[in-house]
Amino acid sequence: MSTQNGTQTKSDKHTLSVVVKYNLNALSRIIGIFSSKGFEIDSISFGSGKESGQARITITTHGDEQIIEQITKQLHKIIDVVTVTDLTYDSFVERELALVKVKADSAARSEIMQITQVFRAKVIDISPDRLAIEITGNADKINAFIGMVRPFGIIELARTGSVALKREFEGDV
Amino acid sequence: MKNAKAHKFDDEKNQQPAPTTKKLTGAGILINTLQDLDVDTIFGYPGGAVLPLYDELYDKHDINHVLIKHEQAGTHAADGYARATGKPGVVVVTSGPGGTNTVTGIATAAMDSIPLVVFTGQVPTDMIGNDAFQEADIVGITRPITKHNYLVKDVEELEQVTREAFHVATSGRPGPVLVDLPKDMLKSEGHYSGLHKVSIPSYNPTKEGHSTQIKKASKMLSEAEKPLIYAGGGVVLGEAWDELTAMAERHNIPVTTTLMGLGGFPESKPQSLGMLGMHGTYYANMATTECDVLLAVGARFDDRVTGNLEGFSPHSKKIHIDIDPTNIGKNVEVEIPIVGDVKQVLPEIDKQVETPETNDWWQTIENWKEEHPLKVPKSEDTIKPQHMVEAISEVTNGEAIVVTDVGQHQMWAAQHYTFNHPRSFLSSGGLGTMGYGFPAAMGAAFGCPDRPVVCITGDGGFQMTAYELATAVEYEVPLKIAIMNNECLGMVRQWQELFYDERYSHSILKKSNPDFVKLAESYGAAAFRATNGKEMNEVLNRAMAINDRPVVMDFRVEAMENCYPMVPAGAALNEMVLEDE
Repeated sequence: MSTQNGTQTKSDKHTLSVVVKYNLNALSRIIGIFSSKGFEIDSISFGSGKESGQARITITTHGDEQIIEQITKQLHKIIDVVTVTDLTYDSFVERELALVKVKADSAARSEIMQITQVFRAKVIDISPDRLAIEITGNADKINAFIGMVRPFGIIELARTGSVALKREFEGDV
Repeated sequence: MKNAKAHKFDDEKNQQPAPTTKKLTGAGILINTLQDLDVDTIFGYPGGAVLPLYDELYDKHDINHVLIKHEQAGTHAADGYARATGKPGVVVVTSGPGGTNTVTGIATAAMDSIPLVVFTGQVPTDMIGNDAFQEADIVGITRPITKHNYLVKDVEELEQVTREAFHVATSGRPGPVLVDLPKDMLKSEGHYSGLHKVSIPSYNPTKEGHSTQIKKASKMLSEAEKPLIYAGGGVVLGEAWDELTAMAERHNIPVTTTLMGLGGFPESKPQSLGMLGMHGTYYANMATTECDVLLAVGARFDDRVTGNLEGFSPHSKKIHIDIDPTNIGKNVEVEIPIVGDVKQVLPEIDKQVETPETNDWWQTIENWKEEHPLKVPKSEDTIKPQHMVEAISEVTNGEAIVVTDVGQHQMWAAQHYTFNHPRSFLSSGGLGTMGYGFPAAMGAAFGCPDRPVVCITGDGGFQMTAYELATAVEYEVPLKIAIMNNECLGMVRQWQELFYDERYSHSILKKSNPDFVKLAESYGAAAFRATNGKEMNEVLNRAMAINDRPVVMDFRVEAMENCYPMVPAGAALNEMVLEDE
């Protein structure tokens, strides 16, 4: 871990975008590579692409250069894998979605809603003593938001893991 | 040797696949596709889920079906067939236990990159997941040990899947592929096109090496003072033996091979240093340690080859040619990686290399050879195991296909048989599967009926699959089985002697071994026993003359002999133990 601009970032974190021929055997094989070779998955998201016949899987993982190279090569070796892109070296957009259910009695409610506004998150459900909030952003932003609302008491939390795409515009301005 | 198809009824309906689309049952589509892919031999065992396929086989006449006695042995037989012929081995088994029994054979093939296509029956699609009778998730079970596997869910995909399976198994770095066939897929009707086209957009192995890398590699080799070629199984699988031999001879570069690479470079050539690694020759291991440029060709820096990684070839710059990019940089860092087909890359390097000046280097190697040659101890009253291998090498003129099990006899066979031809040493290198030898030898004999096949096995390994004697007798396979009978699990015993204070825990078979001669005779095989060198030579000569059934030779060898040189686990290659202390 290193500290950059006040945020903690994992220096060896990599985001891999994998396009596969859509089938569950392919997903199993991908996960199998990680479990059998001792690599780690920090998050994985799998978008079904039954219609197009292809699915995009976004995996965030970590490791030194040699490990990441092996992961990339091993993924490539899977017959159903069409492309593997390590987005880490490119400029890319990355988003994660989290749904957070927070304890919010009438005293705390407005403060939580203020925080929600600052993070451009959305309240999606409300009850006399709870709020459910939807937030999207990169992992740092979501971590920061969760950090801010934790003192109020998080009841339930669901996170998707990252999805990412390479940024098209690469020219200098 | 009896043709496997002799057991079928004799109506000569030789069905050629029609060029136009026609409608057939799934079983019919499969058989037509197999014929179109030139499959001549299937190793199989019937059962409920594959009955429709066996019913189809009843009529067909240009595919020989060999009825094995156990699916594991069937998979090993197909593996032996593939290693000996270069063609993919084909297995057909039923669902559930039929599939699970193939697992060891598939894993063996996967570790050694052997092309196999295994067809397993499966319960009908509407029953999958219900814990139906003889149901097993064989696609899930074999996922980590196959190059790829399929569950056929639509009979219209069956032909294409079958063609893909053969393409994937045999191209790039070869490997086993499994196709799971639900019973209803075999029964229902679909179209057979006969079209040869296979297109898998996501699968495209690199064949040509990168020209800049080849140039750099050639320069590095030209400037080497102490070059060494380290050739692995890829030379055999990639059929690059002629290219390798031409290059090594033209530039007078020494060659050491791995266990899997034996036969990929003729051992009678002066450039050959024999095998390297844990039980490699002294001079091969010394050369690997001292060389300044190491050219790895279709090898994967396995731990049995490298010994302690820190001490592995510490002074050399390394060039690594491999068709599988995951092999490069996996265990050992290399200066020049070249992803490509060895058969295409080697001639390119050969052309560009200027023969390096290696006289001093050769002098050093010759000195090593003189200091510690491989020893073949001999004895009047007993059989020394090394002598047994040498005798087999002599009686077969080094022309046989030698198939081994795993352990001491395997290493002695690798050391003392003179291998001059590729596809002539078949052994489970990666997985180290005991029980592999005999059925694989049988498969090799089916694939190469014109070549002598000798299985050198141990009393332990042979008993793991000895039941296939029934198959070998039924099909009159003239296979020679030489049991190096030391009444113990030799390699386990050797390690217990050297590293566990001679505490021979459960490694002595003396009390439990059967009378191998009687055992073989009860199956209808010929069988002999020898207890000294003279008897051994007589038995070998008699055995070689028998051509209508398998021969089992029970050679009683010295039990306490140890296999040397030996690199102890954790030691570097040059820290070999050369003899009993």
